[in-house]
Amino acid sequence: MPTGLVTASYIGAAVLFILALGGLSHQETARRGNLYGMLGMALALLATLIGVVSDNFAILFGALVVGGALGLMLAKRVQMTQMPELVAILHSLVGLAAVLVGFANFTDPAVQLAGAEKTIHDVETYLGILIGAVTFSGSVIAFGKLSGRIGGKPLVLPGRHWLNLALLLLAIWFGAWFLDAAEGGAGLAPLLLMTAVALLFGIHMVMAIGGADMPVVISMLNSYSGWAASATGFMLGNDLLIVTGALVGSSGAILSYIMCRAMNRRFLSVIAGGFGTSGASAAGAAGEQGEVQPLDPADAAVMLKDAKNVVIVPGYGMAVAQAQHAVYELTKELQNAGVSVRFAIHPVAGRMPGHMNVLLAEANVPYDIVLEMDEINDDFPEVDVSIVIGANDIVNPSAQEVPDSPIAGMPVLEVWKGRATFVLKRSMATGYAGVENPLFFRENTFMLFGDAREMLQALIKAL
Amino acid sequence: MKIGVPKERASGERRVATTPEAVTHLKKLGFDVIVEAGAGAAASFTDEAYRAAGAEVADSAEAVYGGSDIVLKVRAPDPAELEQLRRGQMLISFLAPAQNEAMLAQLAERGVTALAVESIPRISRAQKLDALSSMANIAGYRAMVEAAQHFGRFFMGQITAAGKVPPAKVLVIGAGVAGLSAIGTAKGMGAIVRAFDTRPSVKEQVESMDAEFLMLDFEEEGEGAGGYAKVMSQEFIDAEMALFRRQAEEVDVIVTTALIPGKPAPKLITRDMVEAMKPGSVIVDLAAEQGGNCELTKPNEVAVHGDVTIIGYTDLPSRLAAQSSQMYATNLRHLLAEMCPDKNGQATVDMEDEVIRGATVVKDGAVTWPPPPPKLSAAPAGKPAAAAAAAAVPKKETPRWVAPLVTFGIGGLALFGIGLAAPPSFMAHLTVFVLACFVGYMVVWNVTPALHTPLMSVTNAISSIIIIGALLQISSPQPWIKWAAGVAVLITSINIAGGFAVTRRMLAMFRK
Repeated sequence: MPTGLVTASYIGAAVLFILALGGLSHQETARRGNLYGMLGMALALLATLIGVVSDNFAILFGALVVGGALGLMLAKRVQMTQMPELVAILHSLVGLAAVLVGFANFTDPAVQLAGAEKTIHDVETYLGILIGAVTFSGSVIAFGKLSGRIGGKPLVLPGRHWLNLALLLLAIWFGAWFLDAAEGGAGLAPLLLMTAVALLFGIHMVMAIGGADMPVVISMLNSYSGWAASATGFMLGNDLLIVTGALVGSSGAILSYIMCRAMNRRFLSVIAGGFGTSGASAAGAAGEQGEVQPLDPADAAVMLKDAKNVVIVPGYGMAVAQAQHAVYELTKELQNAGVSVRFAIHPVAGRMPGHMNVLLAEANVPYDIVLEMDEINDDFPEVDVSIVIGANDIVNPSAQEVPDSPIAGMPVLEVWKGRATFVLKRSMATGYAGVENPLFFRENTFMLFGDAREMLQALIKAL
Repeated sequence: MKIGVPKERASGERRVATTPEAVTHLKKLGFDVIVEAGAGAAASFTDEAYRAAGAEVADSAEAVYGGSDIVLKVRAPDPAELEQLRRGQMLISFLAPAQNEAMLAQLAERGVTALAVESIPRISRAQKLDALSSMANIAGYRAMVEAAQHFGRFFMGQITAAGKVPPAKVLVIGAGVAGLSAIGTAKGMGAIVRAFDTRPSVKEQVESMDAEFLMLDFEEEGEGAGGYAKVMSQEFIDAEMALFRRQAEEVDVIVTTALIPGKPAPKLITRDMVEAMKPGSVIVDLAAEQGGNCELTKPNEVAVHGDVTIIGYTDLPSRLAAQSSQMYATNLRHLLAEMCPDKNGQATVDMEDEVIRGATVVKDGAVTWPPPPPKLSAAPAGKPAAAAAAAAVPKKETPRWVAPLVTFGIGGLALFGIGLAAPPSFMAHLTVFVLACFVGYMVVWNVTPALHTPLMSVTNAISSIIIIGALLQISSPQPWIKWAAGVAVLITSINIAGGFAVTRRMLAMFRK
């Protein structure tokens, strides 16, 4: 197969990948988009298999079949509440692959370059492995945190900023050493040392990040896995890798940006560590808040029946309690009673971008009643009852009302403007940001304490 | 401790300080309850019901006063009742401490601890104890019912075979608790409701009840005048009166609830306004007890001036005795729960507690009214910080063109540097890379937020395009490279298959 044809296939694949992302702009076209993605991948694989690979087909096909089967099994078995974990662990694989390809390429005697090209190539290799290693270890830690294997609390080491800086300087220093050594064909030692440093850096970075900042971290790792692919593309001189990596990289970067904006935090301050450090002092100042009004499901059901317009605000607590199906049952009951039910999704609800949408979709909630924050926030004054399920910071009025609150300025769902708000919550504990939520003490807020799923079932029964 | 509830002695008073339902809750707090026979009769609570709830029913007031440690009442005690209170006894009731200093002194002399429910501070924690709000709510409702009773037509507009009936127009002056309650009731009866209040902040509440909030187009007039506050207030009143005069000609019912604490009620509806009203119109003056908002109001009476009825009842809550008793009893029961946190039937007067301190007007033989001003909340602490922040902002401000200039400058310099040093092949790849970043940027902003999770899983799958890198190397004769590439193929193919399959699975779930 001529090289031109392989390149042509790569162009086709790149176009298909762009169409795949474009297809996701709407639910109706999304499935076709995914199909384009698969086609693009198949095209690229076939072209490479036929045009480039000349030997070791046994290993190749063995790996493809085993890997493919494992992947399909994972995709089939995974619960929708575990999606963030799955995505995290899959990111780590991309990172690991980038590291392996980088090392393999470095030790390949077939690659012969000289002068500036050699230096640039070495830098590309170095960067590819660096980003790959950070992605790998960071994603593994993120996976551990999301699946509960590692505690969700941010690990804050003393002087952690200095530690990060030291790691960065080390990586640069190893880089200089590596470039120096690579001139003479050596350089494996600094490369390995740098990999170790990058792995440590990835671990340390994600360990310092708390649960609710996970959407940012996952998107960031998503972005890194793209940049790793891009760097590998530069190293191999392969435009398809560069394009695809850049697509993925910018996609992840945009997601991180959206998530940060939804929390009104700077990207750097999310990455630099959890809320715990800056929030603690201000949280105490809130002082006396008044009293909460507990409500039992029977009374809540009466109020729901009288309502015309109900909005449900799900949060991470819904995922934890696996309550999405109960939520849908409640929705159906209310709709049968002639109540209009809609859902309001805050961008950072849950542990990854779009997490709540997927859970609700899994429970058969039609997506046209699932609305984004900006679409529904103006409607709250007309809402009779808002039901907040396992969410806290995203409905906290102090973001707008208390200028020195740690979450001041964060866009929030303005449920308190509605006639009444029910909050389903296990206890009065504060949310991730550690900020008291004055919503709970408002006179039109009623607390339904208990496990979200059991509470919903009690509500359904009472209806 | 034993709680005693005597029958109210004041003539026309139908309310009672506790209900059978409240008794069951008080029993749960560990209290015993003794009720005078017939105490709840006027509010439709029978002695049997009290007995069934676990209260003791005593034949005489003496037995109630003699046998109880805490006396719950609605109205302030009259001289005869004062005589019966003992040293060490506790009295919880409406006491009007501002008007009744002599009575407070008497109570102090007798060694009675007295809590006035109207002195409970109106803070959010104490909302459920707020008997004033409860009573105002009822008064607002009842005012509209009285108005309907004296108004000769429907409130709701109707089109019938017997002709068309226009809806009644109601004006509510003062949108406090009572005013809002009146608005809600009038809306419920189908009237067109307008409301006026000097506090623009209540506009939202009025409008939330579907009523029209009348605004004074006053700000422009007042602007630029010297002696701001004083002149303004006079102008304000003039504008307000002009508004009422216009409205009086138009509306069928006026309910006034305007009160200024500690002062006689402002006269808002003058004789000529009353005379300007349509025949058959009704005015309900909720401020009658403080002299009335209407010049022609006669307290406790229904006055008729020309063809306009002016209702000046001061006992509206008592006219809805069962409801008022129930709400008042619930308020008192919450107050007792506050005083008895251990639920052991021992009520204590904790002067450290802001709410209890506020309510207590006589304790240990001394008058403790008025209470010290309520503690300030943490809110002011935020102000200096905010002010400081506001002050800091202007310093930081840089001209708008600086940021893009810096960005483009650095970007341009970097490109220039790369262009000087890098070989052409690298520049070709860089072109592709930069363009791809922009394509990705444009495409991804269009992705609907609902599909962000599928976006991540599909980008994850396609970032496994790195498998191409492994494929390029797998044919190497070097065993290390061969196996490294093999492992890379293995893990990326997990990713490809898993990523696409899970995306497919997710997208299949999104349905309309």
